[in-house]
Amino acid sequence: MISLSWFLIFAAALFSLGLYGVLARKNAIAILMGIELMLNAVNINLVAFWRYGDLALITGQVFAVIVFAVAAAEVAVGLALVISLYRRRSSVVADEINLMKW
Amino acid sequence: MSGLEIIFLVVAAVTLSAAFMVVTTPNLVHGALWLVLTLFGVAATFVLLNAAFLAVVQVVVYIGAIAILMIFAIMLTRKVMQDSGPQTNANWIVAALLGLVLFVGIAQLLRKSSAVGMMMPAMDGAADPVVQLGEVLVSPNAYVLPFEVASVLLLAAMIGAIVVAWKK
Amino acid sequence: MGDPINLISQWFNDLLLGWGLGEKLVAVLSLFVGAAILVTASLLTVVVLIWVERKIAGRLQDRIGPNRAGPFGLLQPIADIIKIFTKEITTPDGADKVAFNIAPVLAMASVLLIWAVIPMAATVVGSDINVGVLYIVAVGSLGIVAILMAGWSSNNKFALLGAFRAVAQMVSYEVPMVLTLLIPVLLARSMGINDIVQAQSTWFIVIAPLAGLIFLITSMAEVGRAPFDLIEAESEIVAGFHVEYSGMAFGMFYVSEFLHVWTIGALIATLFLGGWRGPGAETWPILGLFYFYIKTFVGYFLITWIRLSLPRVRIDQLLSFNWKFLTPLTLVILVVTAIVDKALSMAGAARWLYVLVMLAANVLVGWGTMLVLKTVEPNRPGRVRQEFPPRPVAVAPEAADN
Repeated sequence: MISLSWFLIFAAALFSLGLYGVLARKNAIAILMGIELMLNAVNINLVAFWRYGDLALITGQVFAVIVFAVAAAEVAVGLALVISLYRRRSSVVADEINLMKW
Repeated sequence: MSGLEIIFLVVAAVTLSAAFMVVTTPNLVHGALWLVLTLFGVAATFVLLNAAFLAVVQVVVYIGAIAILMIFAIMLTRKVMQDSGPQTNANWIVAALLGLVLFVGIAQLLRKSSAVGMMMPAMDGAADPVVQLGEVLVSPNAYVLPFEVASVLLLAAMIGAIVVAWKK
Repeated sequence: MGDPINLISQWFNDLLLGWGLGEKLVAVLSLFVGAAILVTASLLTVVVLIWVERKIAGRLQDRIGPNRAGPFGLLQPIADIIKIFTKEITTPDGADKVAFNIAPVLAMASVLLIWAVIPMAATVVGSDINVGVLYIVAVGSLGIVAILMAGWSSNNKFALLGAFRAVAQMVSYEVPMVLTLLIPVLLARSMGINDIVQAQSTWFIVIAPLAGLIFLITSMAEVGRAPFDLIEAESEIVAGFHVEYSGMAFGMFYVSEFLHVWTIGALIATLFLGGWRGPGAETWPILGLFYFYIKTFVGYFLITWIRLSLPRVRIDQLLSFNWKFLTPLTLVILVVTAIVDKALSMAGAARWLYVLVMLAANVLVGWGTMLVLKTVEPNRPGRVRQEFPPRPVAVAPEAADN
């Protein structure tokens, strides 16, 4: 049988990969992809805790559903920003968006 | 090793290598296609956790909507046919170290925790999780408020996205 | 005796067990064999379907259709298959080789996967999962990924344009399609497809005719058949996302499109026409299989008929039809169905009264829609009906002179 730790380690690895993607990538869309990986890792943890805990408490799955909704909202707004940015500056490199930097 | 363990290991290996490709491949469209495979692997993980509903929703929402949107956005924002050059910024070594440290740290924490050896409780007696989830999401005593707030959030995001991307 | 399919699978299991294989291994093996048979049967159906479709097309266009190879041209598809298998599969220069070659396989898989959950008789169903309806939607989205991959990896602007059109169309039409799929779920109180079939003591097409109609329209758009075949539109973008494909790689797209239409027929049959239900289907499951195929053919014939009768729509018409008409209408139907259903079941209405009131509610919504539609630009010139004098189809040359 699979013990809980397998899923947690798997999720941790996925989260770390996502974190690397967010920090290291230049392209704004690639950064969004990294965020998706991190959200997915969190979802795996939530569902695993539901499965290994009390099955009558469905909270883990409810959390995962809310995370789905938040991820969809985040991607919609994020990509709208990226496209709007591309129209104004013809670039989606996150480093070059430095108008408000000091 | 039981069959379930082998399946889990295969799924995890495929998912993690696809995720690795997502964050490292120089071609962004390839990255998005690898992302589709990663998301599919996560859906398979949900199936292994007996959360069939979430697995299917994962495919519908993430692959059917989010990944497709990403591919669209990539194609709209760069010259797709000639895509090359380094895709990482100057800090990538620090980022890689940070990711590694985070992973090792979590793994160390897990070794000390008592919950790691837990085994899956049997599913036989429990109620159907789909029915349970449906009831809990609309029950006033449970999660109807977060559910409604999530729907308002989606509406706000939709309006916001349209306003931001509007061509003047 | 009435259930030969399960009889054979039982015999097969016993045979394998007799060879001394473990029980779990036998279960897994028989699942694999079942899946292989299901896929082969579906693909063989396409061979017949191609002939049927060309015959129907011929008759509707006042032709005979294929009639050279074999009796009634029955061997025509075989000849086509041999031809397509002997053609070379080319990969264009500058194409993304891996994605280019995976895309047709993925397109085919996305259609074949749907058959895993469709119950074909009372006892014949691949996998009776409790989220079957959502599974169908999920698998459909894999097809979108396949089209996007094909269009992008071809390194051809027409292919990319076609893929963009296809994805815009399919993602948009998925919204009303999912909403109409909710109505059978709501009426059957379950997302399992077999439960939905079991619940149709009265076919859902009677209880929810509008939902059935919208499902037909939206799923035609999902397949990309005329009048919604903008994704291929030979005269505008050559052939859309599969311009660069040749030989069997193109064949896989072609077959998956045919199979998808047949699958839509099966879904209409299952969700709205009572699936395998019919007199004697419970005791004789083989009869259920027969009823299921007849109903599926009805759905298939409808789609083919519409395809051959209507011209292609424009892209703006396509999208505004979806967002300004179908989506709001489906939301209204969903709310009305939910409220009426709840009210009737709280009042404990008899089955005949329930069916009658639901039907009346649908008719009312449809009538209301017509009234609303009439208020939209009632005096637009295109809307005025013109009378044309009858025109003879064929006139003898001497009569035509004067």
